Amino acid sequence: MNAPAQAPATSIGPPLWLLAEITYRCPLHCAFCYNPTDLAATTEELGTEDWLRVLREARAAGSVQCAFSGGEPLARDDLEVLVAEARRLGFYTNLLTSGVGLTEARAAALKEAGLDHIQLSFQDSTRELNDFLSHTRTFDLKQKVAAMIKANGWPMVMNCVIHRLNIDYIENIIDMAVELGAEYLELANSQYYSWALLNRDQLLPSREQIERAERITNERRQRYGDRIRIFFVVPDYYETRPKKCMNGWGSVFLTVTPDGTALPCHTAKMLPGLSFPNVGDMGVREIWYDSEGFNRFRGDDWMQEPCRSCPEKEKDRGGCRCQAFMLAGDAAAADPVCDKSSAHHVVLEAVDRAQRADSHALREAPLVFRGPAESKRLIAEAREAARS
Amino acid sequence: MSEAASIVATAKPRVSAKFRLQWEEAQQSWVLLYPEGMVKLNASAGEIMKRCDGSRSVDELVAELEQAFDTRGLHADVARFLDMARAQHWIEV
Repeated sequence: MNAPAQAPATSIGPPLWLLAEITYRCPLHCAFCYNPTDLAATTEELGTEDWLRVLREARAAGSVQCAFSGGEPLARDDLEVLVAEARRLGFYTNLLTSGVGLTEARAAALKEAGLDHIQLSFQDSTRELNDFLSHTRTFDLKQKVAAMIKANGWPMVMNCVIHRLNIDYIENIIDMAVELGAEYLELANSQYYSWALLNRDQLLPSREQIERAERITNERRQRYGDRIRIFFVVPDYYETRPKKCMNGWGSVFLTVTPDGTALPCHTAKMLPGLSFPNVGDMGVREIWYDSEGFNRFRGDDWMQEPCRSCPEKEKDRGGCRCQAFMLAGDAAAADPVCDKSSAHHVVLEAVDRAQRADSHALREAPLVFRGPAESKRLIAEAREAARS
Repeated sequence: MSEAASIVATAKPRVSAKFRLQWEEAQQSWVLLYPEGMVKLNASAGEIMKRCDGSRSVDELVAELEQAFDTRGLHADVARFLDMARAQHWIEV
């Protein structure tokens, strides 16, 4: 292709999607969380006024979908204020929550604020799932929250991160989602970033597990028909071509982290040698169109072989920059999920281990659960490693 | 499935409660918003959808479009679009 080397600013579309990660505080401890493992280093959160300004600037720059996420966004008591302003500005407002902290009063206040949608998630991989499957505390909570969602007329969307430890219960998960009245269910396999990468060997399902889960999901789709729409996302480690991550770097997604760092995806902060602006120092429009961090992987100037001459390069944009960095050691390399990548063997090895891993191996390496104490330990460990 | 039947001329379509239709200045287009998603409508789809507010019959909607764009014979195209829109649950009648 003879595209100009530097894409002109006018060809960059607006940041349609704003992910507002308003806090890293969270009552849960998910072993697959994509929040950074050094989240304990974030001690300051943007204040209410800062977030209101970010919302106004993003909307003016063309953002239209706004997801309030975290951490657990309900941990902030100004959530209702932020939602109200987002809705007033014309955003479609989504709340991504575990439901922990959602009371009747807060649900009513969020409805009053104009919240359009709640995505209710099952978060914890062991404790919570077990509770849920056995109809105990967590199931009761989800049932209560599901009833609030229905009572307020919100669409009922549930999300469950799927992995090695829960994938064999997929029929129970689907049936219970139906029982709770979900209209949509996302069964998204864990992606291996941050905490999930630490726990990859324990979380990556075997091929056999995935095939069974897909078969069961299809059977349940047949059984329930129009009652529920089920989305099943296979882990990309089992693919031979990478995902078009974030629909392309700096193409539609803008994440703002709790301390105001603006990122082209929620994990991009891990990439070395790249600076990402803070919304306290730069306006959203300037961040999106002019900052070095957002322009770094736009166009195809940055691409190396095999991506550069690949006929599929526009289809997948070389995959995920973070995955390239994590698995191939170079953020500008092809995503090693691609079987044309010289580092594809790293993915194959992880997949191979997933076929062999047994309960003994899992006992040898316990799950690392997300939390501030673990995060501090990991930060200290990284510092120690850097010193030696 | 009821969607298979073609929309009748006297039906009064309105945007489904599952979607929100709004004009997006940055995209210079009408969009349909739904949980974590967006459908960007082309110009003619936008012109039809913005008139789906439950107050106009299909016939009235077509007449209004033909007048607005100084043309004739839009009925078949509009009906085809509305059938598709109903199958996608964008509109209710």
